[in-house]
Amino acid sequence: MTSRRGPGKRLALVAAAAIAVVTVPMALPAFYVALLGYVGLATLVALGLVLLTGISGQTSFGQASFVGLAAYATTLLTTRADASPLVGLAAGLAVTGVIAWLLGLVTARLSGHFLALASVAWGLSFFSLFGTIPQLHGFNGIGNIPPLRLGPFSAEDLRVNLAVIWAVVAIAMVMLVNLLDSRTGRAIRTLNGARLMGESVGIDTVRLSRAVFVVAALYAGVAGFLFAHFQRFISPTPFSLSMSIDYLFMVIIGGAQSLWGAPLGAVVVVALRDLFNDWMPRITGRPGDFELLVFAVIVIVLLQRAPEGLLPLLARLRRRPRRPDAAAADVAAAVPTAPMRTATAEPGRELLALDAVSRRFGGLAANRDVSFAVHEGEIVGLIGPNGAGKTTLFNVVSGVIPPTSGRVRLFGASSAALASRRVAALGLARTFQHVRLLPDRSVLENVALGAHLSGRAGVLRAMLRLDRTEDARLLAEARTQAVRVGLDGLLDTPAGDLPLGQQRVVEIARALCLRPRLLLLDEPAAGLRRPEKQRLAALLDQLRGEGVGVLLVEHDMDFVMQLADRVVVMDFGLKIAEGSPEQTQADPAVREAYLGGLA
Amino acid sequence: MDLFVFLALLQDGITTGAIYLLLAIGLLIVFSVTRVIFVPQGDLLAFGALTAASLQSGHVPGTLWLLDGGAVVALIASLFGGWRAARHGILAWGVYPALVTAAVVGLASQQLPAVSILLAVAIVTPMGPLVWRFAFRPIADASVLALLILAMALHFVLIGIGLVVFGPEEAAAPAVTDASLDLGLLTVPGQSIAVLVCCAALVIGLRWFFEASFHGKVLRAAASHRLGARLVGIDAGATGALAFGLASLIAALAGVLIGAMTPLSYDAGFDIGLKGFVAAIMGGLVSYPLAAAGAVLVGVLESLGSFWASAYREVIVFTLLIPILVWLSLRSRSVEDRA
Repeated sequence: MTSRRGPGKRLALVAAAAIAVVTVPMALPAFYVALLGYVGLATLVALGLVLLTGISGQTSFGQASFVGLAAYATTLLTTRADASPLVGLAAGLAVTGVIAWLLGLVTARLSGHFLALASVAWGLSFFSLFGTIPQLHGFNGIGNIPPLRLGPFSAEDLRVNLAVIWAVVAIAMVMLVNLLDSRTGRAIRTLNGARLMGESVGIDTVRLSRAVFVVAALYAGVAGFLFAHFQRFISPTPFSLSMSIDYLFMVIIGGAQSLWGAPLGAVVVVALRDLFNDWMPRITGRPGDFELLVFAVIVIVLLQRAPEGLLPLLARLRRRPRRPDAAAADVAAAVPTAPMRTATAEPGRELLALDAVSRRFGGLAANRDVSFAVHEGEIVGLIGPNGAGKTTLFNVVSGVIPPTSGRVRLFGASSAALASRRVAALGLARTFQHVRLLPDRSVLENVALGAHLSGRAGVLRAMLRLDRTEDARLLAEARTQAVRVGLDGLLDTPAGDLPLGQQRVVEIARALCLRPRLLLLDEPAAGLRRPEKQRLAALLDQLRGEGVGVLLVEHDMDFVMQLADRVVVMDFGLKIAEGSPEQTQADPAVREAYLGGLA
Repeated sequence: MDLFVFLALLQDGITTGAIYLLLAIGLLIVFSVTRVIFVPQGDLLAFGALTAASLQSGHVPGTLWLLDGGAVVALIASLFGGWRAARHGILAWGVYPALVTAAVVGLASQQLPAVSILLAVAIVTPMGPLVWRFAFRPIADASVLALLILAMALHFVLIGIGLVVFGPEEAAAPAVTDASLDLGLLTVPGQSIAVLVCCAALVIGLRWFFEASFHGKVLRAAASHRLGARLVGIDAGATGALAFGLASLIAALAGVLIGAMTPLSYDAGFDIGLKGFVAAIMGGLVSYPLAAAGAVLVGVLESLGSFWASAYREVIVFTLLIPILVWLSLRSRSVEDRA
């Protein structure tokens, strides 16, 4: 929501935060200074986990071991080698980053729960190593870690520590806000349940999930560095599996969907734990061990009743006016006019050629020996009864699944082994039969996903706000395409609030952002009203005029027959006819397929 | 290391491997039917061992009251679910716990190993369906990740309960037999043989169950296509309860078997369960034979590791995961959306 704030308000917020960071520690009693310090460190770890768990849909039960890796790295360097803490920080982050990268390499291609399970294993392994490697002095720990110094300032004072911790937390928070409001941030959101779509617009989801994992680990690493130099003594205990779980519980309790869930969860958990430490022994007569039980029960109830954590419950207290009803919004914009900046080669060159393509799923032959071609400046309709194999063919062409046999030639080269994101980079864009959008994000952000490949800024540039010119260009492109398909006025509406027909139009705008030479549309007109269909037809006609090839799966026969240059008819995986709309409509085999023996 | 030591370690490794195999099977059943990664299975294992130990020492175990309490709530809940649910609820959550309670109270003073073992299994087995009913079923359609986090939270609930019920001390479950088999170079304890026999019997029994019995086929249907199974009228709540019941039966049995060889404390189950995971992951969370091979490998590796580098034996086992995950990664080519 930060993006909607004015620059003045934002500046005031930053200034207020800065003043608070400096003054609040001075005014607090020592007990709260220490407590708030722990909250700050936990917030750092939890911020990384929000990015990992709530936003990218992965998780880790091993974050405390990253805290530990960085803490031990800086401890060894500063106590044994008399290195400066800055060297310790660099080394700590390098170690954490490399190990996280390697662990990510191992698990990023697998389903999310493998990462989580593996994280339990490495969490236990590192904990066990911290305790057994003789140089680390086991549970006796290592003391006399030097405090941070900058010129005359030394952070030996707890209050200075607290100010430093919260300044780092604030910077870390701003960097994540920046990241999420960027090309890479939009791409990260596809990792959570929309990877197929992400790949279709050219996002390397495997690499990106690894990057997210490394960022989360580095946040934990920064916390570990601060922890070592402020505590000035470390032992394996704070890096155990149950601490990792604590961090995860903070995120679940606070709310994994928003960055603000991290500080909220950290406050709640640290404060409650402190309360338990005070009261539990008096109630049960036994110290400790029950706090985790209570947190666990809270987490279970929250997961069942409020899976988005406490934050949305708090937010409900000051509810904003309901967003405008999308269905009622004005969508009757003018017929598209913006020019398409596609390569305009001589019309008629072959874009796609299928040569005896077959695709089997076990015993089921979804496509059998299908051959046809699509050329520049041509709309080819692909029709057939339900179950004819049209969508499978789409998936084969767009690289989602490889053909069992036969050849797919795309833009003159064989595309047999190309993953869908490579196909996207070559200039093929597609929409999905079952709409794949980020329902909570705005129409504009969804459309801008299609412009992913025309930007280059990565995680670091986004975090440091060095990507603004590029990002403005991407968003402008997205706006152009959204307006072109008639979505002006809806740009800020969450895509999931639109009626289904309009959601398909958002997918088309997203596809257009790829500046495709070949466009694959899977039932684009389904759910559209008549004037909307006419506008879509005009748009496709215009694209054809610009040399784009269109392969169109559609059940609305009037729509297809009015628009297509050629029609390919499929039934039971076989191509049963191909020709002009008139020819195919007269074809007895087609009539048989559609109308049975009665025709 | 001489041949004698090697053989002894190998025998030890195969025995614990058999336990890991049992756990891996339980995990796979639960995961394939409900998509829950059943982290607390290891805790139920510890419950099984400690319940048997408690019975053997002549006490009425606290887990019995836990079962009765959960059963009462489940019974009340089932009364609001129509007459079929109510009839089932009365049998499962009324009659069964009453019988078990009567048997425990009546037989606790006898201190017979076989009775203690059977009663422990009878007490701990219903915990799986209870956990399903109250923790997982309300969000059965959530993502695998959410279910996993819930499972992890549940683990902490169970060890909290375990501490209250059993206290912090270790205890040993009664052994099935004290006899041993002398093979010349190697003396195999009878308990090891009992473990292998139970493991084999369970594998064969489960195989029959899944291949031939109606409920087994229903579970397989639910595992192969959840939505499809639901569409043909298979009750996802009932299949989940059955899967969790099998898993907790397996865990309880594994607990009383391993608890006789190594004394366990209330929180010892997690590590053991985790090794079952390593084995299950070797099967990619889908393949039973691969998981079996993995389980034996984990057991043997751990046993040899504890001889050579005992401080690092946990690390060695968990590091084993890395090559497995690499292999699984290389095998999986496609990008999939995670349910």
